[in-house]
Parts: sequence; C-alpha cells; structure tokens
Amino acid sequence: MIEVRQLQKSFGPQPVLEDVSFQIENGESVVIIGRSGGGKSVLLKHIIGLLQPDAGTVLIDGENIVGMNERQLLRVRRKFGMVFQGAALFDSMTVAENVAFGLRRHEHLTEAEVAKRVAAALDMVDLPGTEAKNPAELSGGMRKRVGLARAIIYEPRIVLYDEPTTGLDPIVSDSIDKLIIRVRDQLKVTSIVVTHDMRSARRVGTHVLMLHARKIYANCTPAALFASTDAVVRQFVDGVADP
Amino acid sequence: MNFLAGTWIGEWLTGLGRIALLSREAIASVLTFKFSRRDVLYQVYFIGIKSQSVVIVTGAFTGMVLAAQTYFQFHKVKMDTATLAVVSVSMCSELGPVLTALMVAGRVGAAIAAELGTMRVTEQIDALRTLATHPVDYLVVPRLIASTLAVPLLTVESMSVGIAASYFVGVHLLGIEPTYAWWNMLKYSHDSDVLIGMVKSVVYGGIIALIGCYKGLSCRVGAEGVGRATTEAVVYSSITILIVNFFLTMVLEQLCVILGL
Repeated sequence: MIEVRQLQKSFGPQPVLEDVSFQIENGESVVIIGRSGGGKSVLLKHIIGLLQPDAGTVLIDGENIVGMNERQLLRVRRKFGMVFQGAALFDSMTVAENVAFGLRRHEHLTEAEVAKRVAAALDMVDLPGTEAKNPAELSGGMRKRVGLARAIIYEPRIVLYDEPTTGLDPIVSDSIDKLIIRVRDQLKVTSIVVTHDMRSARRVGTHVLMLHARKIYANCTPAALFASTDAVVRQFVDGVADP
Repeated sequence: MNFLAGTWIGEWLTGLGRIALLSREAIASVLTFKFSRRDVLYQVYFIGIKSQSVVIVTGAFTGMVLAAQTYFQFHKVKMDTATLAVVSVSMCSELGPVLTALMVAGRVGAAIAAELGTMRVTEQIDALRTLATHPVDYLVVPRLIASTLAVPLLTVESMSVGIAASYFVGVHLLGIEPTYAWWNMLKYSHDSDVLIGMVKSVVYGGIIALIGCYKGLSCRVGAEGVGRATTEAVVYSSITILIVNFFLTMVLEQLCVILGL
C-alpha cells in the first residue's frame, strides 16, 4: 500500500505541492491528472523517492521513505518500475541491454536465462525480435514500450507511468493504454499513471486523483469524475481554456 | 555563512563541498566493491587506449622542443651533453604528468561531463535510480578507477616517447655526442623523479574523473547546460591540475629528501 500524508514541496520560492494526502491500495490502477506544470510528475517522483519533500511522509508498505538516503532508497525502489515521459532509454545500449539492465544488476542469472526473460518481456509489450536494435532506431511509441519492458522485467509490485501517451498518435496511445491494462491484469501490479489524456484516464484508471492549485482537488472513480458538475473538474475534463 | 549565499565565493565553496561528498561516496563504493569490473575495463579502454595517440604526439613534440631549446642554451656554455639529462628530469617529474593530464582532461574530462550531462537531462540518471542502481556505483566509480589507472600508464608512455624523441633530435639532428649524453641522463635522473611523476599522475587521474563526473551529474537542464558543464569540466580540471602540481611538487620533493630517495 502507498500512503502520502500532508506532502509539501517548493522549488525555491515557488510552491508546487501543499498538503497533498491520499492512499493507494495494492492492485489499484490510479490515474493522476491535472494541468501542465501542476506538480503531477513531481508527485510521482516523490512516491519513488527521486525527490525529497519539504514536509510530509510517503509510506510504502508502511515504511516511511522520506529522509532515507540514496542507498536505503535503492532497496525500496526494487518494488517499483517506472516508465518515463521520454522513455529515458540508455542510448549507449541496445534494446536487449536496456531491458536486461535491472536483471543483470540485481539477479545472478546465466546469459541464456537473461535472454529468455528479455524475449518474454519484449513479447509482452508486442516488440518481439527487436533485441539488437538501438534506441535511436525506434519510434516514440516503441521507445515507451521498451521502457515498459525494462520496468517490468524484474516483476515489480508497483509500476509508475509518467505521461505514457504524451506525443503519440491516438492509435499508438490506445495500444499503450491496452498495454498498461494488460500489465496490470497479468502481473497484478499497482499502477500509477500521470496523464493529461482524459480518454486514457477513463480507460486505465480504477481511481482518479486530480491535482489542482497544488492540492488534491478530486479523489474519485473515473465515472464519478466524468459525471462531475464541479466547475474546475468540468473545465479540465472538457478541455476548456480560461476565458 | 548565510552572508555568502548567492555570491561566487558561496557557490565555489558549495561546489567544493559537493565534490568532497561525491568523492566520499565514490571511495566508499570502491572499498565495498559495489562497481562492475566490466564497466571499469570499458572505461580503461576509453580513457587509456583511446587517448594514446594524443598523449604520444604531445609527449614526442614536447620532448623534441625541450631538447632543442635546452641544446641551444647549453651549447653556448659547452654543456651540450647535459641536454638529455634536463629533458629526462623535466619529462619524468613535471612535463610528462602535467601535459598528459591536461591532454586527458581535454579529451576525457569533456567526454565524461558531456555523457553524464546528457544522461541527466534526458532522465537516464533518474532511470538508473529507479532501477535500484546508484549513479555513483555505475557511473562515477568505473571512471574514477579507470582514470587513476590509465593516466599513470599514459604518463609513462609520454615520458618514454618524450625522452626517445629528444634523443633523436639531440643526437641525430643537433649532433650531441650520444655516449656522454646518455651517461649524463642516467646520472642525473633518479628513481624519485619517476616516482614523483607517478604519484602526481594518479592524483591528476582522480581529479579529471571526479570533476568531469561532478560537472556532468550537476549540469543544468538543456543543451546550454550540457555545453557549459563540458567547458567547465575541462577548465576546472586543468586549473586544478596546475595548482595542485605546485603543491605536490613542493611536498613530494621535500618528502624525497627526508626519505633519502
């Protein structure tokens, strides 16, 4: 279970998060929505300990990760996989080396076993046979799939997605959404997806958190969010600019 | 110390503190064997093998010009055969380690800062951290070990090539009598000159790797940030090497006298 309590974060004089609290149960698929620059990615990075808050606590399975040093966080992060907005593939490595990175670092497997696990992970993200390619040869959608394969290969319990469909066409976005659902259902992972894409939010989320004015403004199911009559929620859901 | 905040002195002290913390983390990682030997070997190849041409050319032409200049001055006082001795001592204790380090700082320090800086701005370093890998173990330590191993070896190469080139210029182009020149070189060059050069080159190897890694890991977002980190890595490494060289020379020469080397 993930529990965030009264999280606060500022960058210099600019407050980004204020008194953010929520709870995510194991196996849930939570979508975090909100306007650009509203602190969604910052919140996601606090959950995995890439950023430390100014105040508040982040509990992962009851363990507070705030104040842990980098080495203590490495142990906690083995529960996580993360897919980055730009995929963040290691550009000096092939697809297979990228996907196998976590396995080679943390598990003592033979090369044959590593190759088998890599092939299985690439199969799961519908990219069989791409092991020898370089990241530069891949399209945006393919890069995100490789990023997902790299994140799930060592079977984490929680997968974080930072804007997985941003910059992709609707058809590729749909395939990424289906992939997120497939990973959630087959691997029984907890998923946290940061997105602007309301179609994606409706499809992959069992729960939606809406960040607005540095706070959690809405915490409900996708159906309740889309049915909401609240002016702020409606403006975001309908995509209406400020007058 | 709040009065220093925002001033260049404050920023300079902050940078020094951060490099000290990075060094501590890297040394702890080395001592607990948290790095991969394969990564170290790759970096030895990149820093050592790939820098050879630059170092050989630098060493050769430095030795040649030093031989020529020394000969032109010594010839006036009929001390032609002392030329190689001056070149040998200079190449071993000063020019070999310093020029090799400066050339490696230009080639490798810049490459380290650019590579790590690009990794930082494209979130590859965050990706490493999410894959439960400490950036110091994976990125800094292999470069630090490789640099402290490769720079002394490159320095030996530079010294040898420089002395050989100076012999060629002195004996074959300037007509110095070879037997006396060789005899004087062996007489006035001591083990301590080579030892001082080796100690210096180990220190310079560490400086190049640590400053390059620090500048890359702390670079600002964007192409401009990477460019600035690369430039600063070369400039700061070079200046640090030149400053440290003076203090190392003073300390090591005195130490050699005290120890009777």
